Amino acid sequence: MTTFSGTALCLDRADINTDEIIPARYLTEIDKNVLGPHLMEDLDLAGFDPQKDLAGINVLVTRENFGCGSSREHAPWALEANGIRVVIAESFARIFYQNMFNCGMLAITLDTKQIDRLCNAAGPSPVHISVDVDAGEITATAGPDTWTIPFTLSGFEKALVKAGGWVEYADQNY
Amino acid sequence: MGKTIAEKIFDDHRVDQPFDGVTVLRLDRVFCHEITTPTAIQDLVARGKDRVFDPDKIKAVIDHVTPAKDAKTALQGKVLRDWARRHKITDFFDIGRNGVCHALFPEKGFVRPGFVIIMGDSHTCTHGAFGAFAAGVGTTDLEVGILKGVCAFKKPDTLKIEIFGHLQPGVFAKDVILEVIRRITVNGATNQVIEFCGPVVDAMSMESRMTLSNMAVEAGATSGICRPDAVTVEYLWPFIKDEYPDRDAALADFSRYLPDDDAVYAGQETIDVTDLVPLTTFGYKPDQVKPVSDMAGTRVDQVYIGSCTNGRIEDLWVAAQVVKGKKIAETIRAIVSPATADVFSKAMDDGLIKIFMDAGFCVTNPTCGACLGMSNGVLASGEVAAATTNRNFNGRMGKGGMVHLMSPATAAATALAGTIANSPLFAQQD
Repeated sequence: MTTFSGTALCLDRADINTDEIIPARYLTEIDKNVLGPHLMEDLDLAGFDPQKDLAGINVLVTRENFGCGSSREHAPWALEANGIRVVIAESFARIFYQNMFNCGMLAITLDTKQIDRLCNAAGPSPVHISVDVDAGEITATAGPDTWTIPFTLSGFEKALVKAGGWVEYADQNY
Repeated sequence: MGKTIAEKIFDDHRVDQPFDGVTVLRLDRVFCHEITTPTAIQDLVARGKDRVFDPDKIKAVIDHVTPAKDAKTALQGKVLRDWARRHKITDFFDIGRNGVCHALFPEKGFVRPGFVIIMGDSHTCTHGAFGAFAAGVGTTDLEVGILKGVCAFKKPDTLKIEIFGHLQPGVFAKDVILEVIRRITVNGATNQVIEFCGPVVDAMSMESRMTLSNMAVEAGATSGICRPDAVTVEYLWPFIKDEYPDRDAALADFSRYLPDDDAVYAGQETIDVTDLVPLTTFGYKPDQVKPVSDMAGTRVDQVYIGSCTNGRIEDLWVAAQVVKGKKIAETIRAIVSPATADVFSKAMDDGLIKIFMDAGFCVTNPTCGACLGMSNGVLASGEVAAATTNRNFNGRMGKGGMVHLMSPATAAATALAGTIANSPLFAQQD
């Protein structure tokens, strides 16, 4: 069973781009972990403070076209360096989406209604999310409320998550 | 059922279909630069897989930060350089011979209609101008490409964008692609290939088609493909003349990749550009596009002419035509970066460099430089750039900076005016 779980943060904006996830000025880093402190430091979102708001977060919930822009895998790496291995969005840019699975991470597409519920649920305590990849089910908990959301991944995406990435899979098969 | 260009290329290159909807394709080219490749190299070394599938099909360049600006970027260059030597990569372009990847690789004749090309760079879609399926990928896909010469793609649907009418003087390919992105939005072609066609594209030079294809990714597209034709053959002829008895034979061969008349498209846009005016962006998204005249008078601190979108000799000619014999505004810093060593050399021979320097431009060596705020030409917070580049994201050319995307003609006119301005090449200026 492949599961991911943790505390979720809603970034309530569409078209969050790769420059906002990790600015190009840090692409001079060869070591992925050095990217960690710079995650989303240029994000254009009212009231957002990356240092404070991203602390302890494991799951991002966001809107349309997340990860548009550059092909840089530094974007998923910067997330991973901060303990974030799941992004749930209304839609993703192609390269970012593939990069997530290539790294053995999880990008899940949900409809607007489900995203609305996740974004609006956070009250005094944050939303906790648990993802069961095999069952194709997200369990969300906010205060006393718990609800489940089904999602679908293709066979390829599941295989990459299970294998922990694309390199070993490809080297074995091609 | 007929096929699109991408479908024909997929059929030609299919290695496997491991899962429903996923095709593993054989790669004709893997392009590399010093920003995204060193991490792939290091990971391959760490995994004990320091191999390359074919040193002739892998091409590498140091282009994003060149000359190196500090110890870190020097190390990135060194990792790529050492790897290229270790594996006898046939074509590796270091300082002095280098240039912006998507300008350099076509110029060296590395692209053919029907090719499948990947690179760890989102603007790899530029090479679609030649009728290739060329896509930007992340470092892991790049790593597998280097190691095995394959890449997995979900079969993309094709969006056909037909461009007809007549471009007015002073309106260019850059304005056309900004109009396309304005219409279909920044995710209008996500997981799709754009096929650009119609008489306006047919009449475009390869340089202009590259400008068009280059920004396909700004609408989310996997690739932006133009139909190979006599213009494509003519551009490639110096590189293929030993492969074909004559140009007609090359054209006949390339025609294999034309879409069938009954090809099935996921969508279609038809754009009449007869009334199109010069355009510029106004926000942090490439689909926030307005006529230049609506933005006239907007303060600009720096003008940048260059990049994989508009740093080719055709672009420099247009910009030089606007600035010839004039001086840039006192309040402006203007930078021109010829995209490759060859473009620089031609610009010298043609007298363009002198025109730019006499006007007050700073001329840099070929590099991606200012475009993504990594190297020379970074903005200070609160500063505004008018640039011929492809991306206006928040902080793109420097934290707190604003970038307005435009054609070389508009950028040159803006350098002279000191604020956003239409070029005198555009007849209907206000």
